[in-house]
Amino acid sequence: MLDDFFVRALLVGIGMALVTGPLGCFVVWRRLSFFGDTLAHSALLGVTLSYTTEINMALSVFVISSIVALILLKLQKKTNLPADALLGLLAHSSLAIGLVVIGLLATIRFDLMGLLFGDILAVNVNDIAVVWIGGAIILMVLKIIWKPLFASTVNYELAEAEGMNPEKYNAIFTILLAAIIAISIKMVGLLLITGMLIIPAAMARNLSDNPNQMVIFSIIGGLLSVIIGLFASLEINTPSGPSIITSGLILFILSLTKIKKKSQLNN
Amino acid sequence: MTQQNQTLVKLENAGVLVNEKWLVRGVSLEIKKGKIITLIGPNGSGKSTTAKITLGLYKKIEGRVEKFTNKIAYVPQKINIDWTLPIRVNDFMNLTSNLKKEEVETALEITGTPHLKNKDLKSLSGGEFQRVLMARAIAKKPELLVLDEPVQGVDFNGEIALYELIKKISDTLNCGILLISHNLHVVMSKTDHVVCLNGHVCCSGTPIDVANNEKYQELFGKDISKILSVYEHSHDHIHNIDGTIEKKEN
Repeated sequence: MLDDFFVRALLVGIGMALVTGPLGCFVVWRRLSFFGDTLAHSALLGVTLSYTTEINMALSVFVISSIVALILLKLQKKTNLPADALLGLLAHSSLAIGLVVIGLLATIRFDLMGLLFGDILAVNVNDIAVVWIGGAIILMVLKIIWKPLFASTVNYELAEAEGMNPEKYNAIFTILLAAIIAISIKMVGLLLITGMLIIPAAMARNLSDNPNQMVIFSIIGGLLSVIIGLFASLEINTPSGPSIITSGLILFILSLTKIKKKSQLNN
Repeated sequence: MTQQNQTLVKLENAGVLVNEKWLVRGVSLEIKKGKIITLIGPNGSGKSTTAKITLGLYKKIEGRVEKFTNKIAYVPQKINIDWTLPIRVNDFMNLTSNLKKEEVETALEITGTPHLKNKDLKSLSGGEFQRVLMARAIAKKPELLVLDEPVQGVDFNGEIALYELIKKISDTLNCGILLISHNLHVVMSKTDHVVCLNGHVCCSGTPIDVANNEKYQELFGKDISKILSVYEHSHDHIHNIDGTIEKKEN
């Protein structure tokens, strides 16, 4: 039985998967999983900002995440600390600041669970519009910067030497990541967003031998995760966000059998 | 041969300071269309650094670099490809340009690697990968080609063939080539201009000039430096006073 809320959830989930698929591939290729986590943590600060100033939540999360991302890029250049230490520093401090601000706003009722894990079944028509329009913009920008971004992912120096301007496109990509987190935080929550980015892409890696193929498999994996996860949550009454991620994990495990065959073939 | 003296890149007194140490300093050189300029020098003398300065890979440098072309191809000395990426030779060929199928195939053909087109990049051997790197750079039909030890790991016959190829590319594409090579035979027979580095420009000029330079002989020792002088006799072209080249008739 397809209730109205369920169709809305499906529409939002599908819109999200279409964007997290290709972005997730770059996250995996560029080893940015922890970076995605950091942005997601900093999103909490963005959410509290939206509660205090009544700015649209997606917008305030986007602004805060972008700022954190750009601070990170700056810090990487200025200090000798390794990237993972800087990420930890930013992730935990922005999470802490977010929680401190929540503490100060004791008067506002705050659904922390919803924020951490999302509530895709509670989305309204407005959210669908945000995901599809925002998602379309993200994909369009990604399409435009694909070539230089991919080149700089394969080899930064080569891209730079041959005039692909990697620094600029890395920054744009970072902002795209902040944007996808902003538009999807309400649906899967800040703890699961990196899962949506990484798990379908990781599955796709097992099945592909070239970049375009991996992107397509990653999108398909994301779509399947959303559809299976949502139906499961409807049928056996499990929380929807975690169900989507769990479906993704099952798909990943299934993909492992394929990679096994492949390596045997190569031997 | 047509005379092409159009400058592609010009370095004036260039140098890089990293962690309060000068990697190289006071380098002036000019790369012109259709000319091969070689950097020689011991390890750590700043050859790769000079190549990177030329390519604009350092943000902060001393001196000046003027570039007059954007059609650049680079074969780096070391390349770290992240193997989390599924990437075939064909995808790699198109990394920074959109090549036609035939262009990719021709380039792979002349570097002796047409059978590798659909192979996974990580399955290549060191020498095969080096050939693919060359193929990618050539396929771009660049105006400026920067080759940092392009034949490392390539087998002996392949090495000779690739150096022949480099010479041919310089003539047919009429591109300027900055070459780093430890093979002094090659430097001598294929090069128009040699810059001998040792943290600074130790000496520079035509291969003969450099071979006869005392500083060069000090740097490389008497025995090795003779290699360059020997090659004087098997030269297949003449360097005129104005820097142009005349092919010698045999």
